[in-house]
Amino acid sequence: MGLNSLRKESIHEWNEVLNPSRPQIFVGMSTCGEASGVVAVNKAIQDGLEEHGIDAVVNKTGCLGICYCEPLVDIIKPGKPRISYRSVEKTNVSGLLKDYILDDNPRPDLALGAWGQEFKGIPDLFELDFMKFQVRIALRNAGVINPENFSHYLARGGYQGFEKALDMDPEEIIAEIEKAGLRGRGGAGFPTGMKWKLCRKSRNFPKYLICNADEGDPGAFMDRSLLESDPHSVLEGMLIGAYAIGCSRGFIYIRAEYPLAIKRLKIALEHMKRHHLLGENILGSGFSFDIEIREGAGAFVCGEETALMKSIEGQRGTPYSRPPFPAQAGLWGKPTNINNVETWANVPVILEKGAGWFNRHGTEKSKGTKTFALAGKVNNTGLIEVPMGMTLEKIVYAIGGGVCDGKELKAVQTGGPAGGCLPLAKLGLTVDYESLAEAGSIMGSGGMIVLDEDDSMLETARYFLAFIQEESCGKCVPCRTGTRQMLAILDTFIKGRGKPQDIETLLSLGDSIKKTSLCGLGQAAPNPVLTTINYFRGEYEKGINPKLLRAKAHQ
Amino acid sequence: MLGSGAMTNSIGDIALAGCYLLIGANTSETHPVIGFDIKQAVKSGSGLVIINPVKIPLVRYADLWLRNKPGTDVALLMGMARSILDEGLADLDFINERCEGFEEFKRALAEFDLKTVEGITGVGAKDISRAASMYARGNPSSILYAMGVTQHSHGTDNVMAIANLALMTGNFGKPGSGVNPLRGQNNVQGACDMGALPDVYTGYQKVCNPDARSKFETAWGVKLPDGPGLTVTEMFKKIDQGLIKALYIVGENPVLSDPDAGHVRQSLEKLELLVVQDIFMTETARLAHVVLPAVSFAEKEGTFTNTERRVQKVRKAVELEHGKALPDWKITGLIAQQMGADGFSYQSSEEIMTEIASLTPSYAGISYKRLEEEGLQWPCPSNEHPGTSILHVERFARGKGRFMPLEYRPAPEAPDSEYPLLLTTGRNIFHYHTGTMTRKSAGLNALSGQELVNISTGDAARLKIKDGDNVYVSSRRGKVAASARITDDVPEGLAFMTFHFAESAANILMSADNLDPIAKIPPLKMASVKIARI
Amino acid sequence: METFKLKIDDRQINAGGGDTVLQAALKAGIYIPNLCYDPRLAPYGGCRMCIVEIEGTRGFPAACTTRASDGMVVKTYGPQLDRLRLDTLELLLSDHPTDCLTCPGNQRCELQKVASFLGYNQRSLKPRKSDHPIDDSNPFFNLDRNYCVLCARCVRTCDEVTGINAIELINRGDESRVSTFAGSRLAESECRSCGECMVSCPVGAIHAKNSPVATEETATICPYCGVGCGIYLGTRQGKIVSVRGNEASPSNRGSLCVKGRFGINEFVHHSERLKSPRVKKEGGFESAEWEEALRIAGDKLSGYKPEEVAVIASAKATNEDNYVLQKFTRAVLGTNNIDHCARL
Repeated sequence: MGLNSLRKESIHEWNEVLNPSRPQIFVGMSTCGEASGVVAVNKAIQDGLEEHGIDAVVNKTGCLGICYCEPLVDIIKPGKPRISYRSVEKTNVSGLLKDYILDDNPRPDLALGAWGQEFKGIPDLFELDFMKFQVRIALRNAGVINPENFSHYLARGGYQGFEKALDMDPEEIIAEIEKAGLRGRGGAGFPTGMKWKLCRKSRNFPKYLICNADEGDPGAFMDRSLLESDPHSVLEGMLIGAYAIGCSRGFIYIRAEYPLAIKRLKIALEHMKRHHLLGENILGSGFSFDIEIREGAGAFVCGEETALMKSIEGQRGTPYSRPPFPAQAGLWGKPTNINNVETWANVPVILEKGAGWFNRHGTEKSKGTKTFALAGKVNNTGLIEVPMGMTLEKIVYAIGGGVCDGKELKAVQTGGPAGGCLPLAKLGLTVDYESLAEAGSIMGSGGMIVLDEDDSMLETARYFLAFIQEESCGKCVPCRTGTRQMLAILDTFIKGRGKPQDIETLLSLGDSIKKTSLCGLGQAAPNPVLTTINYFRGEYEKGINPKLLRAKAHQ
Repeated sequence: MLGSGAMTNSIGDIALAGCYLLIGANTSETHPVIGFDIKQAVKSGSGLVIINPVKIPLVRYADLWLRNKPGTDVALLMGMARSILDEGLADLDFINERCEGFEEFKRALAEFDLKTVEGITGVGAKDISRAASMYARGNPSSILYAMGVTQHSHGTDNVMAIANLALMTGNFGKPGSGVNPLRGQNNVQGACDMGALPDVYTGYQKVCNPDARSKFETAWGVKLPDGPGLTVTEMFKKIDQGLIKALYIVGENPVLSDPDAGHVRQSLEKLELLVVQDIFMTETARLAHVVLPAVSFAEKEGTFTNTERRVQKVRKAVELEHGKALPDWKITGLIAQQMGADGFSYQSSEEIMTEIASLTPSYAGISYKRLEEEGLQWPCPSNEHPGTSILHVERFARGKGRFMPLEYRPAPEAPDSEYPLLLTTGRNIFHYHTGTMTRKSAGLNALSGQELVNISTGDAARLKIKDGDNVYVSSRRGKVAASARITDDVPEGLAFMTFHFAESAANILMSADNLDPIAKIPPLKMASVKIARI
Repeated sequence: METFKLKIDDRQINAGGGDTVLQAALKAGIYIPNLCYDPRLAPYGGCRMCIVEIEGTRGFPAACTTRASDGMVVKTYGPQLDRLRLDTLELLLSDHPTDCLTCPGNQRCELQKVASFLGYNQRSLKPRKSDHPIDDSNPFFNLDRNYCVLCARCVRTCDEVTGINAIELINRGDESRVSTFAGSRLAESECRSCGECMVSCPVGAIHAKNSPVATEETATICPYCGVGCGIYLGTRQGKIVSVRGNEASPSNRGSLCVKGRFGINEFVHHSERLKSPRVKKEGGFESAEWEEALRIAGDKLSGYKPEEVAVIASAKATNEDNYVLQKFTRAVLGTNNIDHCARL
């Protein structure tokens, strides 16, 4: 009882969308779109269609990642390419519908791009600077399909990877993942295949599987966007993982502040149940698996895997020491495999297209692509997916279109609050796990913030340190008290009252916190301060109390 | 039916049970440290089934709580046995090899189909069979019980019904199994072991057994009486009849602890001679002709035997500050010497233990020297024997485990229009027994300073009683004042009090009649009462 | 149990199957500073004092959360370890008062022990003032959060030992604190006053209200319920001043309830204790000498037939007391009329 006949119907349905007999409209209905007013635009579209007596199908879709152009609305007319319109407003959308659908004027002035070709003065969307350097694997369906429509996912190759997996031995699947070189996209970059192998090896049952969707870095929204735009890619990944490892129960741990993602996940889980992709004896294979959604209450530390598991167990979400690793004793003391949203989304493609196809992208040690939330003082902000090994410079200038208002770039902050600030001089750095760590930052889950000449590095460091301090769970001393002490010292520099020796205090305290903290959160907490001292020491020196400097000189 | 009345297993191994059946016990309050163990075991996956009309604190941890009507334990336990049999969960190998009387027992179960049992107990048939299944599948399962099982007019039946369940599931002789009565007082086990009972010498050697008698006669150098003596409740009857004229009470306070306490006081007043030996001027001592001062546990050497049969050394920590009190054994010895008896000039408690060991097979291997190292669990028949942590491992003390066919007998004192509520009694965690010791603590009094009679919201509404109201609780035997606590921890129709507070002595209300026919235990857990606002 | 050897600070140490590195070290008499470790509780790894270096292991794992294993090579001190520990201690002390002399935890404080072991002598970080009100609602112990080091031993004890769960950590980061449900005072909470939290507290945060240090301890058995908990009675100048559970006792493994821990000294030393025999005369009780009291009791008892007398023994008295009493009843009074409250 495979999905073949259903997939055939789905492809037919999807073709009807791409080459429609009547106009298809796609509205980018993700949280980012909603924030930029798409709900009103959607209403205006309905009104406009009625007003002009246009017979068209309105679909919702997820997020293409082109945040600087939200709200986005796509129109496909019979025999015409899909055209994306940028920054659509409720006041101009009715006119657009009339002009293009009725009067055949594609309004190049409002258009962002046409899909796959130049069309009547509208550039090819994928040849735009923002898009052309991207390789969209995890985001393959984001902004393309209707995330609430199972047929769309199926038509685009969905669940082919899983069906292929069912014909393989679990060990073969794991070998394929290892061969692909996939590493954890949550930030630490642990080889996914090895993680699965460890968990599979355990003879202790039952085993659990977790999708970590507790995205908490300020400014990071990769996971949210992915779940809102293409929930099935993540769920299919989980299904493949569960089958390969031998897990019987899965959890998606997602923060409650992501209601739309939760809603779409729930819809997707319903699809899966309806089509025998969940529950007992999936697709008649004898493999049984269930997925539950667990909503977190928005504690940053619950993104840390041990704290996350405590939280699923219903306890206070604080981390504990590994070993034992989750693969040995995780949730309720049972073997548990935990991967991040983006990692899971990569899995089906690897199975569908093969490890060889996947590991063509990336560097020697970091294969595939990575999504980033590009933000800050950059012209083109948005969600991007680039091959590992691309330089920071290319990301900022080619994709991001350079620094706003022609200002000078000062630094790029990567890795969220646990990451670090890399100066202009490091712009040639390639983005992969090893290079970033070497430079004192981390890949993290994918936050990337561009800072310009006007930005104070002390304020930047303070912003992230204050965040970590606020979010420290308080279990271990270095993170609990150390971050507060560092913050207090940092504040003296910001106020121009720093003591000369306190730069050293910050460095040594930071070093101690990194080395003695219990979990990854604390171990990375001093990074924003340490990297800014490393690369921007002058700004700290400017924060020293002049009286103290004079006194020192006097001595 | 098994051989002896003690915990079959040890505190250390009850934590190993896969399932607990807790009946007639409020362990987290009355044996708090065992309560700790149960909670930890449950948290790490053991099942917990609670049978109790009162919502005890451990209910929060239970998988299943059977709130049966008071006094219906036999029916409920027989119902569970029936369910175990019907579901094919009985351990037939164990039954064939180690038990007898199963066929007769099976016939008795015919009366206890779950529909009938549901009617008697008020517990749904589904819950009964789920409890039965949890217990039978616990592998191993442990039954813990306390005075809520024994202090009934049919207490012995209750205990036998419990033993039946353990027998039919083979829950004997292995860690984490067994039938485990949690004894109330620190040395109630030891007092029984020592023969402070009317029918046995030390180690449960029967006074009716001529061999045992002659052994003690030889050892003590006197002729000993043959038939069994009187139980406490029977003593009071005989006092009323003028047949018992003199009473010597050591370290007990029957004016508060015994049922129909008002009547106890009247009886004691009738005595020609009452000698009371205690550490305080208790309510009972006030009625005495002679009061003899004893030292407390902290001022003397000796041994206590705990609920798991462990004999442990009590050591002197402080000298008596001032005053002339003496250890109980010394006082008794002095009276004996005053009466011209030989064999009472002990120089130390150790000398007494040596004599105990020489006359008591189950204590034969116990000596102070060994107890200095660690406590020993009886039976400990020789100096080399390590003591016994689990009873009935190979065989039952009496040979084969005997199934007892039982029938359900309703409680004798049922509520009526005049006394419409049932009262049951128990303890709280902050006080002990009649409060002789704990009520001396300002801190414990601050935590629990007065009797709170627990009344259900339904009854309270009907009786127009609010939380904190002062009420009279009265039975056919007397009345006491207490403060009302309105709570649905008790079901409608049932009220609950402790017996810690002399000023609200609950035992005034309880009946000394309707004793259990075998154990002669009065029904302290059930009396019909009425409650009214003062 | 499986045993194996490991090397700690160049010493060969024997360890057993479940031992952590910290347990193995402590058993061998090697002190590694620690605060959040309590042998009765699951490893926690919060205080970070017991960090060590292990050959072949990255970074500085906590000894309390790391299982010892065969052939392991551990270093517990060294320039870097010492500095890291001092930094952590410095951080901890920046949240902690320094009024040691007036602190109820003085001399018993494990933080003091750690600080003196590490040679801490100068404060360099800015201390934080805290002024949590003291919860003195429990009659036996106070909760003073100003001294709390957030090791969570109390809340873990209330969970892992007693299962009462009256207290938990609430809030986050350096706003974390020990709290009852809904923040009520202890006396109004689920707390059963067993004091296990107080026993586990390594500092003065949960401390007995009135507890002079005992000069001697005597191992004995609790006089309350049938569990028969092993206790140590702490005495000083002839009075019981403290009670602690005996960890070696198989019946309670160190645990006690409120009665055993706090309900003993007052009754033992109570002014109403009977000090001399009393004999009831015309106007009521009069104190008497033993000789008189015994004569009255003995002579009168001699005057009754065996079936006219009875004895009630005591479930509170010792085995020896009860043995002599039943012997007396049977051999001297000539009756089997002896019973006690076993039935009640």
